[in-house]
Amino acid sequence: MDTTIKNSNLKSEEYFINMGPQHPATHGVLRLLLTIDGEIIKKVEPDLGYIHRSIEKMCERDSYQQIVHLTDRMDYLSSHINNEAVCLAVENALQLEVTERVKVIRTIIGELTRIASHTLWWGVMGMDVGALTTYFYGFRDREMINDIFEETCGARLTMNYNLPGGLMFDIHPNFVKRTKEFIAHFKTKLPEYDTLLTGNVIFQKRMKGVGILSKEDAISFGASGPVGRGSGYSCDVRKHHPYSALDKVTFNEVLKTEGDSFARYQVRIQEMWESMSIIEQLIDNIPEGDYQTATNAVIKLPKGEFYQKVETARGELGVYIVSTGTKNPYRLKFRSPGFSNLSLLNHIAVGGKIGDLVASMATLDLVIPDIDR
Amino acid sequence: MDLMKVNKTAFMTNEALQNLISSWIPELEFTEEGSQFLNITVKPEQLHTLMSQLKSNIETSFDYLFCLSGIDWEPKLGVVYHLESTKHRHIIVVKISTEDRENPTFDSVCDIWKTAEFHEREVFDFFGIKFNNHPNLKRLFLTEEWEGFPLRKDYVDEINMVIK
Repeated sequence: MDTTIKNSNLKSEEYFINMGPQHPATHGVLRLLLTIDGEIIKKVEPDLGYIHRSIEKMCERDSYQQIVHLTDRMDYLSSHINNEAVCLAVENALQLEVTERVKVIRTIIGELTRIASHTLWWGVMGMDVGALTTYFYGFRDREMINDIFEETCGARLTMNYNLPGGLMFDIHPNFVKRTKEFIAHFKTKLPEYDTLLTGNVIFQKRMKGVGILSKEDAISFGASGPVGRGSGYSCDVRKHHPYSALDKVTFNEVLKTEGDSFARYQVRIQEMWESMSIIEQLIDNIPEGDYQTATNAVIKLPKGEFYQKVETARGELGVYIVSTGTKNPYRLKFRSPGFSNLSLLNHIAVGGKIGDLVASMATLDLVIPDIDR
Repeated sequence: MDLMKVNKTAFMTNEALQNLISSWIPELEFTEEGSQFLNITVKPEQLHTLMSQLKSNIETSFDYLFCLSGIDWEPKLGVVYHLESTKHRHIIVVKISTEDRENPTFDSVCDIWKTAEFHEREVFDFFGIKFNNHPNLKRLFLTEEWEGFPLRKDYVDEINMVIK
């Protein structure tokens, strides 16, 4: 009897596996349907909606002050910047000029938010690829920022500090001191991130040359934030459409041309230095003035369409308001950065292994409530 | 001569954009009223031609579709495209609408901008607007069994919707 296996009789078959919605690497309730051939990924299809709350529909029945609070719950790691986006859109529509003090405070807290978001990202991204220590380092430093927020805004995550016309209340007397303490602390800690993880050979092998995204594809997929900039695509809204006090500070837009996971990683690390530099330029010169410009108790926007874009920690957030002149928006659309960044996951993951998918996905820095809205 | 070259690949004002684009397709409607950008209203059958021109033309080169929104302008249903050029940094808004609420259909632009694939699925999910030549047009957030399109103004859900 012939017992040799003839190669021609062997066949491989594609099959599906589910990744999520309860998978630790999806950072929330994202389900990916993977089509696999052996361990090679043939297709990644995201299944969304597990945390969809229809914020856009809720906005149509809410007043403009109320909408601000809903935006915290989208990208909760950039909650202050989301709030700011709606406030700027409303203020521009009303042609309401906020004081210099408000602009500077908004910018400082926005950059602190960005650092807090990036440190958390760094912690969990290390964990995704097997470096558990990073999680504790990241959370340790983020904790200091949360304490500053708690003191000034009264909340640690969903801050609700902005309102159309300015801020809810003035900064806490300790704000300047504690922010400076944090910057001094973080300047000694951020280099540790590099020694601990960036230079690690195993880590670099997981990152370099994995999940490559070309500049053309980045633009076509609507990538923004560090995902776009890791592919050499200059997409920083803070540079191209500056808002609040960002036109008064100097900072570099961090660009890397490799387009792989390591490039996106490096962009975020470098951005934390830039954010610290922005805060340092502003923290000693917070102008005196009111923290609020009075608005009507019921805000009615003029008839028309208003668009405001801001740079959250994840990329470009757009707020598109269509108003018919009433106290509610007729239609409000949030262009969320995570949604467009997720759409390119299939493109960068196909042909790689499941482990590479985890690494690439970690460098997209997805926040699922931001995608689902 | 050098000046001419610079102008060929530079930021265009709304007026210059309007002059150029109206020379391609004569029946377009332009307006800047009530918006910070130049708005173009286009007929559904001309959408794809206009969009591919907007991207491929060297002077406009709108290569970045940064927002694609469905909207219910009772009784019309429509889609709004926000476009930006990453080279020249000018922005334009393209609008399209139909009165057919039973079977609203437009051409897909996801062969021009890949980001449109997901955004058009979102619009299909919430507004029931179909897109021709879309590779994978099905619900994105809601389940396949879901009835109706929640972001339409005439959508009724007495249990889950809180109306004030």
